[in-house]
Amino acid sequence: MRWMLLGTVAVLALLASVVLGPAAVPLSELGRSDIVWNLRAPRAVLAFLVGGSLGVAGAGLQALVRNPLADPFLLGLSGGAGLGAVIALALHLTGPWVLPLAAFAGALAALGLVYRMGLVGGAALDPRILLLGGVAVGAFAAAITTAIVSLADAAELRNAFLWLWGGLSAASWDSVLLLVLYAPVPLAVLLAAARPLDLLALGEEPARYLGADVEAVKRRVYLAASLLTAAAVAVSGVIGFVGLVVPHIARLAWGHRHRSLLPAAFIGGGALLAIADTLARTVVAPRELPVGVVTALIGVPVFALLLRRWTIA
Amino acid sequence: MSAASPILRMRDVRYRYPGASQDALAGVSLTVGPGEFHAVLGPNGSGKTTLVRLALGALIPAGGTSEILERPARAWPRQELARVVGVVPQREDNLFPQRVRETVLLGRYPHLSLWGKERPEDHAAIERALAACDATQLADRWVWTLSGGEYQRVRVARALAQEPRLLVLDEPAVSLDLRHEMALFELVRGLVDRVGLGVLMITHDLNLAARYADTVLLLSEGRPVAAGAPADVLTRETVERVFSWPVTMQSVDGRPQMVPLRQPKEPVA
Repeated sequence: MRWMLLGTVAVLALLASVVLGPAAVPLSELGRSDIVWNLRAPRAVLAFLVGGSLGVAGAGLQALVRNPLADPFLLGLSGGAGLGAVIALALHLTGPWVLPLAAFAGALAALGLVYRMGLVGGAALDPRILLLGGVAVGAFAAAITTAIVSLADAAELRNAFLWLWGGLSAASWDSVLLLVLYAPVPLAVLLAAARPLDLLALGEEPARYLGADVEAVKRRVYLAASLLTAAAVAVSGVIGFVGLVVPHIARLAWGHRHRSLLPAAFIGGGALLAIADTLARTVVAPRELPVGVVTALIGVPVFALLLRRWTIA
Repeated sequence: MSAASPILRMRDVRYRYPGASQDALAGVSLTVGPGEFHAVLGPNGSGKTTLVRLALGALIPAGGTSEILERPARAWPRQELARVVGVVPQREDNLFPQRVRETVLLGRYPHLSLWGKERPEDHAAIERALAACDATQLADRWVWTLSGGEYQRVRVARALAQEPRLLVLDEPAVSLDLRHEMALFELVRGLVDRVGLGVLMITHDLNLAARYADTVLLLSEGRPVAAGAPADVLTRETVERVFSWPVTMQSVDGRPQMVPLRQPKEPVA
């Protein structure tokens, strides 16, 4: 029943993002329209994949750092990605894949730095240090980004900022293909960690005594969730709140067991981002809102309601 | 007493925490077989929890050996070990709200394959564990609505759902009132007698350990002071020395019971 409903919402979201748009395409022309096939369809699929990846990454990281307020971008990846993109622009690098690659490289650099900080005492990955290190690395990257921006030419930086706020307008079947090839590995790693993640909610020592290989699970989950997020940021910029809010909504309906929570967060995150992107394209057509603005506008009120629920319970 | 091969065997175990100036534990030997209830006693900081961590392979001994079923504790894959040893740790959190049956289900995780769903025998084991702990009527409650005593019973049920041969409890009766404390010890003793479970319990409650355990090991500053039957170990001299407080010993059901004495008032000059 829950799965049927979620599946229906996801299919409707995908259909809506193919059918709706600033250019009026008659229904009878949908199957043959170039706009639909080469612009809207890849964009809808990409939105779904990115949203799903962020939802799963958020759910995994919240369990890992044992903090329900964790967001995939909290761990410094957005700062690193932004810095990478801005450096590429400041160096006047051009080409179709320059921004995504530079952002991906920046996110990976931040990931490596935070991961290294988290490995205190050689082996044990400390989630508290991951959180604090993530915030610190993110702030440091943001400071450098601002320094570069304040020294550089204003015109091209508008692009950098808009790109950072998230957008799927560069979507193509190529970027879809890239994500389709890339995402399954970290997704499978996270799904395989579903049961140990349930155990980690009790704390590391109880989890160990219930059979979880705690250190290995922490490493795998952190790396897989971060690699998913880095790819998402590379193809679509920083899209906030999907990774924060979707896992919580999924928990309300599916409970905290990651075996069903993670798939639900994937489908739910995908549907949410497909809807948000459709709104971003259509409400101020022919102009376009950054999709991160739309997810924040939807996500913040939902989140406020959730917080209210918690304080009552 | 037990001819069966031991489940846990620790021989002359020594451990020092990184950076510490002296051993947290040294010269400790301990054997737990099926159907035996062992208690480890000692004041705060005497090395009781370190002993549990060494027994379960969470720490590697600097000297001596710690073996479970004749295999070094550290060499066991965690999931396999969790099918042999169930632990009720001193502390745990609940990050997300959970119902009792869900938390007991976590005890079945060591038996489940990577992708497999719970099988009928898993659900049967959960119901058996709940029944053994008199917690069946709690199954649909939220964990956070339980009283301290109910919560401890549920945690024991989760460890039993692992279907272990050895049950380890770390200070299980702390913060329980009289009835729940007694009920918990009766429950554990019953499991030892009925199903032949081996039990290793960490506690600083001398009297309950003396009443329920077959053997006790008394630790002081990381060293074993005495080990054996409660009546042999818990003498007035030993208890006073280890706990640095005057006591008197009495006997109930043939087991020693300790009553701490009031500090005599300093005479007014």
